[in-house]
Amino acid sequence: MTQSSNTGKTGNPGGVRLEIRGLTKRYGQREVLHNAELTIEPGQFVAIVGRSGCGKSTLLRLVAGLEKASAGSIVVDAKPLDGLSDDTRIMFQDARLLPWKRVIDNVALGLPPAQRSAAADVLGRVGLGDRGTEWPARLSGGQRQRVSLARALVHNPRLLLLDEPLGALDALTRIEMHRLIEGLWQASGFTALLVTHDVQEAVALADRVILIEDGRIALDETIALARPRAHGDAGFAALEKRILDRVLQRPQLEPVPVDTSWPGLPAHGLRWAV
Amino acid sequence: MSNPSIQELQTGLASASVHPEQPWLLLQEGVTSPWAALVASLQRALQRLLPWVVPVGLIVVWQIASSLGWLSTRVLPAPLDVIRAAWTLAVSGELWVHVKVSAGRALAGLAIGGGLGLLLGLLTGSVRFFETLLDSTIQMVRNIPALALIPLVILWFGIDETAKLFLISVSVFFPIYLNTFHGIRNVDPGLIEMGRTYGLSRWALYREIILPGALSSILVGLRFSLGLMWVILIVAETISAQAGIGYLTMNAREFLQTDIVLVGILLYALLGKLADVFAKGLERYWLRWHPGYQTAGH
Repeated sequence: MTQSSNTGKTGNPGGVRLEIRGLTKRYGQREVLHNAELTIEPGQFVAIVGRSGCGKSTLLRLVAGLEKASAGSIVVDAKPLDGLSDDTRIMFQDARLLPWKRVIDNVALGLPPAQRSAAADVLGRVGLGDRGTEWPARLSGGQRQRVSLARALVHNPRLLLLDEPLGALDALTRIEMHRLIEGLWQASGFTALLVTHDVQEAVALADRVILIEDGRIALDETIALARPRAHGDAGFAALEKRILDRVLQRPQLEPVPVDTSWPGLPAHGLRWAV
Repeated sequence: MSNPSIQELQTGLASASVHPEQPWLLLQEGVTSPWAALVASLQRALQRLLPWVVPVGLIVVWQIASSLGWLSTRVLPAPLDVIRAAWTLAVSGELWVHVKVSAGRALAGLAIGGGLGLLLGLLTGSVRFFETLLDSTIQMVRNIPALALIPLVILWFGIDETAKLFLISVSVFFPIYLNTFHGIRNVDPGLIEMGRTYGLSRWALYREIILPGALSSILVGLRFSLGLMWVILIVAETISAQAGIGYLTMNAREFLQTDIVLVGILLYALLGKLADVFAKGLERYWLRWHPGYQTAGH
């Protein structure tokens, strides 16, 4: 009885425990994700890095319940995931604010009328308390992502999925957003899964950095640095370099036979232009 | 130069009267006296009046030509005669009766045709099954010009009100249908996906995301339809009518009352303009979130 009330949404505002077992995703003949195994403890902040097209976004969409796995399973708090969940919220790369709703109404999207006052609170927590009546078109890119973060957090998610949410922001705004996200995560204790191509971002935010390469988990690195993390710190830089070197390492590909019948560039000449 | 503060004040005044888009209208060097400021504001007033010179001039020439008998009233009545005719019709109340009948026809046709277009557009835009079932048929029928149906419509409905309503409904249906359909199809799928992950029900998704997303396109359809609505109304009213602006003008033509014919033509123009202003007002209100419809300054 206490077990069920603990896993209820309002009963336990902390994070979910996420178990990914033998997860495989195929689009037609192409296998995007191969037999992924991953366990994420409640409240852990995990970053997934990798080159574009490596399957990291697919993994996120599977965890979100937006797509169905071809094989394997995702278990959330000992229950197999089936479709969209009320405990999960996503922050998208493009903020995906509704341009025809004022900022405050964007944050309150999907909230029951009784909880609308919470929207203003959360908007204040991301530092935009005075911009509630603006149209999203009037905000800068960083402000839009903050609204998008507020919209996700107003539901008190127990799992927050971040799909390269800071990719389009400038470096300064990004550092600001790192602090904001870290602070809100520490305050709320949700489990966070961040997909990014920025290794520095991953090291700055995550407890664990996971590298996905060709649909496989290639590296699982624990980041034991104390928070808040300073970008110039020697330990930080060393970790960042190590992971970056690993990401940039040429994946071990089987030699492709050069097709002599084709008069254009040989296939291996194109390898670097991924 | 002995009193720089006054000079500054004057320069400030003068530069405040500079046309915001055409600052070159004012010569910066001469702006030291109230006289220059006066000249500047005169220049500004002239700029405002310039676009009106040609139309007003044309009307004046027209009036003179009519008064001197160069222009037969059978070809064109004098502008003053047209105004007089409009005034007489307005005072007798006849004008309002006809305007009311015509506007009623137009709006009833718009409500029926536009309403059906909106409903079917929403249906085929949102449900794949109905698109497959209906869209190709509608696209085929769309190619038939509504006016080509007139002989058939007269056979079906006679020359009654029904015939006019039918013609207007048919012609306003397609612009609204097409733009609603495309509006719904062009709603950003990313926004719909976001709505789903935020737990919106199907109806909430429709109300909060799909309809507002399609609205700008639907309003474009409405504006097209309003334009067509008046054109078809004019033709429909000239077939045969017992009341309405078309009846007024056709009747006046029988008696060679060109001044009343012109009043009718101007009424159509005025109603068309009113409808467009109304549609633009809707756009400005409903699309006020859109940067393209926000007026600079606030």
